[in-house]
Amino acid sequence: MNEDKVLMEIERKIMGGDFQSAGDVSSELKKVLQQVGFPPSFNRRVVIAAYEAEMNVVIHAYRGVFTTKIYEDRVHIEVNDQGPGIPDLELAFQEGYSTAPPHIREMGFGAGYGLSNMRRCSDKLEIDTRVGEGTKVIMDFFLNSDK
Amino acid sequence: MTLREIKEILQAEVLTGEEFLDREPSSACGSDLLSDVLAFTKENSVLLTGLTNSQVIRTAEMSDIIGVIFVRGKRPDNYAIELATIKKIPLLATRLPMYESCGRLYLRGLRGCSEL
Repeated sequence: MNEDKVLMEIERKIMGGDFQSAGDVSSELKKVLQQVGFPPSFNRRVVIAAYEAEMNVVIHAYRGVFTTKIYEDRVHIEVNDQGPGIPDLELAFQEGYSTAPPHIREMGFGAGYGLSNMRRCSDKLEIDTRVGEGTKVIMDFFLNSDK
Repeated sequence: MTLREIKEILQAEVLTGEEFLDREPSSACGSDLLSDVLAFTKENSVLLTGLTNSQVIRTAEMSDIIGVIFVRGKRPDNYAIELATIKKIPLLATRLPMYESCGRLYLRGLRGCSEL
């Protein structure tokens, strides 16, 4: 499993607060996944989780690096941000809980579904967070999963 | 029901994507919460919303939504329209409020995302 070949690796920077470019990374990823030829239902759950992770950096962090590795039978995503971190991870996973400020809610985000959406769409989700330093999100998506 | 029929039923204006009005959504979703849209819509749906920022278009793109309808006379900004044009997502705008818009489409047989 760890021996398999990386077909493609993409690394992109994300700027906190840059709502104009927010979504560019996930949009590019969608295009790449389509070119690789994965089925649409698989691509859909990868890019929805990717977009939630990307928006989390834009909304909450100062900056981040979004890395995708595409294998023949899976996609691996790591999002590393410098930001405030998540003080209570269990609470952050609770649907409806959000620390997003009012101007984010006016855009339609901050409903408190981001992390649970990421968990629902991915086959594996790991979050490593340090308050005052930042958050690392790792997601895996397997082609042969029944999601 | 095609997007063209939706346009007639809602007396809507086409903001971009006139050439895609033959698309036929299999369901619809009405929401002003983008995370809800990302969590609960099915692919090949249309989205009815009162939100007008460009993240609506991004959300539609990621969720494989085939058309967006802006309700209660709301209009997206130029950047959102431009983005939708690039992403080939047709945009309609109706003066009808959310409830009436959804109700008219539902009455004519367009199902909700949870009913598929």
